[in-house]
Order: sequence, then C-alpha cells, then structure tokens
Amino acid sequence: MRITLKLYATLTDYLPAEARRDNVVALEVDEAATIASVIAPFQIPPKLVHLVLVNGLFVPPAERAARPFRDGDVLAIWPPIAGG
Amino acid sequence: MSWARKILRVDLTKGTCTAEPLNMAWAMAYLGQRGLATKYFTEEVDPKVDPLSPANKLIYATGPLTGTMASTGGRYSVITKGPLTGAIACSNSGGYFGAELKFAGWDMIILEGKSPKPVFLHIENDKAELLDAADLWGKSTWDTEAYLKNRFQDPQVRVSGIGPAGETGCLYAAVVNDLHRAAGRSGVGTVMGSKNLKAIAVRGTKGVGNVKDPAAFMKATVAAKKVLADNAVTGQGLPKFGTQVLMNVINEIGALPTRNHRDVQFDGAKDISAEAMHAPRKTDGKPNLVTNQACFGCTIACGRISKIDETHFTVVNKPQYWGASGGLEYEAAWALGAANGVNDLEALTYANFRANEDGWDPISFGATVGAVMELYEMGVLKKEQLGIEAPFGSAQALAFFADQVGRGEGFGKEIALGSKRLTAKYGHPELSMTVKGQEFPAYDSRGIQGMGLAYATSNRGACHLRGYTVASEVLGIPVKTDPLVTDGKAGLVKAFQDATAVFDSSGLCLFTSFAWTLQDIAPQLQAACEGDWSLDNLNVVGERVWNMEKEFNLAAGLTKKDDDLPPRLKKEAARTGPAKGLVNGLDKMLPEYYQLRGWNADGVPTADTRKRLGTTALK
Repeated sequence: MRITLKLYATLTDYLPAEARRDNVVALEVDEAATIASVIAPFQIPPKLVHLVLVNGLFVPPAERAARPFRDGDVLAIWPPIAGG
Repeated sequence: MSWARKILRVDLTKGTCTAEPLNMAWAMAYLGQRGLATKYFTEEVDPKVDPLSPANKLIYATGPLTGTMASTGGRYSVITKGPLTGAIACSNSGGYFGAELKFAGWDMIILEGKSPKPVFLHIENDKAELLDAADLWGKSTWDTEAYLKNRFQDPQVRVSGIGPAGETGCLYAAVVNDLHRAAGRSGVGTVMGSKNLKAIAVRGTKGVGNVKDPAAFMKATVAAKKVLADNAVTGQGLPKFGTQVLMNVINEIGALPTRNHRDVQFDGAKDISAEAMHAPRKTDGKPNLVTNQACFGCTIACGRISKIDETHFTVVNKPQYWGASGGLEYEAAWALGAANGVNDLEALTYANFRANEDGWDPISFGATVGAVMELYEMGVLKKEQLGIEAPFGSAQALAFFADQVGRGEGFGKEIALGSKRLTAKYGHPELSMTVKGQEFPAYDSRGIQGMGLAYATSNRGACHLRGYTVASEVLGIPVKTDPLVTDGKAGLVKAFQDATAVFDSSGLCLFTSFAWTLQDIAPQLQAACEGDWSLDNLNVVGERVWNMEKEFNLAAGLTKKDDDLPPRLKKEAARTGPAKGLVNGLDKMLPEYYQLRGWNADGVPTADTRKRLGTTALK
C-alpha cells in the first residue's frame, strides 16, 4: 500500500535531498509495516521522534511499534517543538 | 529586592514627572509587571472609563527580574483599559527597553491625563521630562527611534512608542520598541496616542544592584539556564525555527483557522511555514530568514530576522524595505496568511514589516482582512469601496490594506476598527471572529477544544497568551492531553491561566514555560526578592492576578455573555481533518470552569473566593 511520510523541522535533514523542499515523501509499504519500521531506514535519533501523527491524530509512544497502516495514511513526525 | 522600589508618575495634562516609592505591600501580593501594574490600575482608574479619554491611564511596568541576569529577564508590560475590547488590556514585550527602564531606576511609569500637544518622555536615570514631539508626530516607529537616538547622540537610548497607527485611531495600535518588538495586542498604542504621547526614550546606567542574595541568585539562574539549554524546544527548536515551526503542526492536526475560520486546514500552510522561511527562494536563491535574534538576557533567541526578495511586487520600487528586519512569528504568519488564504511568504513578510513600522497588531489586522475578504466574496463589499479586488488568497489586497491601515487611508480606516465593528456596520456581526471584540489568534478551537474555553474566558479578549493549552493538547507540555475532547479542559485552562499570570508578573518571558515550570522560577525569585515566593504562594499570586483582572472587567460592565465564542465555532462543524464534524464544546466546559474558579454560575467570584485571594468587587 501507499502512504505519505512527512518529516518537519530538524527532521527535514533526514529526508532524501529531493524531498526536503516540501518535507514529504511517498512510500510503498507492506501490510506488516509499523511506524517504527517505516522510519527505521531514515535513521532518525529516537529522542527526536517526538510528536507522531497519523492523519493528524497523535499516536502515543507505546503504540508506535505496533500500529499498522491503511492505504493512504499520512504519517507526520516532529522533534520536540513549541511556539506561540 | 530586585524591585527598584520607585515609580514615575507622569501627568501629561500638567506636564509633570514625579517620583514615588513603590507600594511594597502590593508588590508582596502581586509581584510586579502585569500583576502589580494591574493592582495600581484597578485602584486608580474607574472601570467604566472611556478608554480613549484622559481619565484612562497607561502603565508601563517591569517585573522584579527585569534587567537581572535571569534568562529572558527583559520583559515589560503595558497595562490600560483597551479601546478594542472595553476590558482590561495588558500587552507584553521583549527587546531591550524594559531592562533599560529598570537600569534607569524605575519599576513602573504611570501615565495619566492628556498632553495638550504631542510630547515624548525622556528618561535618563533619575531625570525625567516631557519634551515637544511636534517633529515626531506622524513618523513611523523606525524613524522615531532613529530620530531620538540621533537627538541624544546615544545609540544605547532605548525607545518604546507608537507609529502612525496610534495617532490615527486604529483600535489595535501597538506599542513598539527596538524596531520590531511590540506590546502588540488590545490597542495599548491607541491609548498612548490618545494622550498625545509619541514615545518614551530611556537611558539607564545604574543596573539592577539590589538583588537580595546575589550568590544564591547566580546559582539559581545558572541552573535554570541549563534547563533551557538542555531542553530540545528552548535549546534547539525555537532558536532555529522560531514559533513558526507550529504552522505545519497546527495545519496537520486540523486546527489552523483558514479564510476567516471557514476551514481548519490551509493547503498553502507549507508555503508560509518555518521550513519555507529556511528554504532558498526560486527567484534569488536566498532564504527569507536571515538569522535569529535574542531579546535582553535571553538564552533562547526565538526572534526572526528576514529579508524580502527585492523583486517581489510589494517592494520592487521600495528599497527602504530591502534590508533585514523583524520577520514572521507564527501568529503574524497565520493572521496575514492562512486567515486570508494568502500563501505568499514575501507578501506576509512585507505586511509584517509594515505592522512594525506603522505600529499595529498583525493578528487583529489580518483577522479583520479575513472578514473583509469573506464579505467581498459574499458580494457585501465591492471593489469600488475597497479600492481593490479582495478575494481570499489575494496577496495584492493584503499588501494594499497593510499600506493603508496604519495611516488611516482609504478602506484601511475601516479595517483599523477591527472586525467586530466592521462586520456589524455591514450587517454581518456573525462573521467577526472575536471574543470581547478582540480577534482570535492562530488556533481553531474546534480542533483544540481547550483553547475555546481559554479564548472565551481570557480577560483581555481572544488571546493565546493567557492560557496556552496548545502546549498540552498538541505539544505534550507538560503532559499530552487529547485536543478533541472537552473533559478535563476546565482545570487545564485554569492551571495555565494562573501560571501564566506569574510568568507575566516576574519580568521573564512566557516562552521559558516550554522548559520551566513555576518550580524553576520560584528559586530565582526567592533569591532575588524579599517576600515569600514559594511554589505554593506563586500559585496563589497567579490566581489573585487573574481574579483582579476579572473584577475589573465585571465592574466595567462585562458579563457572562462576554465569555463566549462566535456562532461559527459553536455551530459550523470543522469540514476536514481530525476535528471533522466537531464544533467547540464551550457550553460543556464553562460551568465547570466557573466552579473551579470559585465563581458563581454567572461568572462572578464568590465572597469566599474574594476573601481567600484578598480581592474585592470594584465599583
């Protein structure tokens, strides 16, 4: 199935060069894919995988290793950030 | 101590400047800055006063840690009755002005009456005098600062004042200092202009030499600075990306108010985000962002300094805007961008420069332009009235109105009155996205439920800086809560509101709260100041400040009906994103909030609450 991965802020640097302008990369993943397995190839330091959203909904840390995907899901990740 | 123990009272009607001792009994109960100045204000000003009459007062106030070595200890606040809202107004600014005022030996300036002619206030340590400002009236904040530094032949003179917006009656005129730091909201600059006071120029060489226990204070501030440096948000995220890092997050969760809150997601968000500010432009290969910048004593440095593409239509024939200046923060980028459907980063930056230059609040301006664009698309407003075609997404219209609003020109004169008055005039008050007459900032309360309650109950009208539950509901600070539910939000909002009142009364920046709690502030205050600044007492001080502001608003005539949201947020469900199908559940949260506050069902503090906090009903 096809999902979209978005990496923002300092995580932009972990994207392939051609994907850094829009912070988006399309991925083909299999049924067994989890958040942990999808982001593993990008070699993001675990402590920077902070705010994890699937289709805009927060996924708690405890669920990230096992949560399966559906076709068309959008996975977006930020390091610790804040603003105001 | 850290307080200078001295306030300056300026009678603009008589032209006198008088030193007074600081009321230390009040300082023990209200700390400083927002809290202490509001205490003075509520004691001295009739809550029913016309905000633009000479009887209203304007207070500049520092906190006990302003000017000290505490990280971010450079803040000051401007307190008055707001002309936009008719409620208590308190706007906070950084930069270097606040610390300079403290170095000159003053905790606070109380400005009262009205000068018969334009004047500015010049302070050099103990000496304070009102001087003629005929040459300054009409000048921008940038030209005013340059003029005063030149006049006194001292580049270290710090200037805080108004631009043309504060002179022409824009109801959300800001007070701007250090070129692009601002006490931006609620029209504190409008009140300053109504008093014929153009600016305050201050030079202080005394420092803050009366810290209670210098060794303990140094130890406490060093420890607290390490917390900021080690925290990923304050040590890395904010310096590199600024508050603008939120643009893509808030859009992703479906809480980015778009096109006057018609929608909660903006397809152009990525074009106006922090990441976009870092990306090389296609036109000249340079990024919008030049560097970050810190205010006095700040070890975070979230400020943005930007340059506009010189070939962009907004500046192509205006070389005065080609230099580096104050860039977009998240709130301004949202208001000038998503709120209008405009995704042109350079146009937003230009409008932001104009806000700083002419001295107006980009949040209220941008949100009001959003209402204008909706009225235009409905056919209520026409090109002939506006002077330009103004559909959602028009960067040309945004820049056009940004040029007009501070100068009181064209339709900009109507935009300068804010969306409440403008939409009412054209028969559609329901399109004003405001609380108590003040425009919302950049979080849609259908997607972040707690913010609906925070907005509705904010004492200065819709505002994110009075109870920033976004930190918890979206960012997980200090703990993650679900943004889509109302359960537990009454307590969360109260906790944020009370803690924020302490930060705002201390002289420190609220952004430290992304890493610090009151437990990090207490040892710094305890070492610097006489009095009890334990965690327990700070919690009471925060609640006391909140209740005192509420008492002012009640006496000013505000009621429970003013603790409300526009019908769009309560009746029109979000159309996309995680909040799809949701409206804000204010009615579920408000009764519990009143109860937790110790207020009755009408939102009035009970006798027991007043007794516990030492507050009283005002008349």
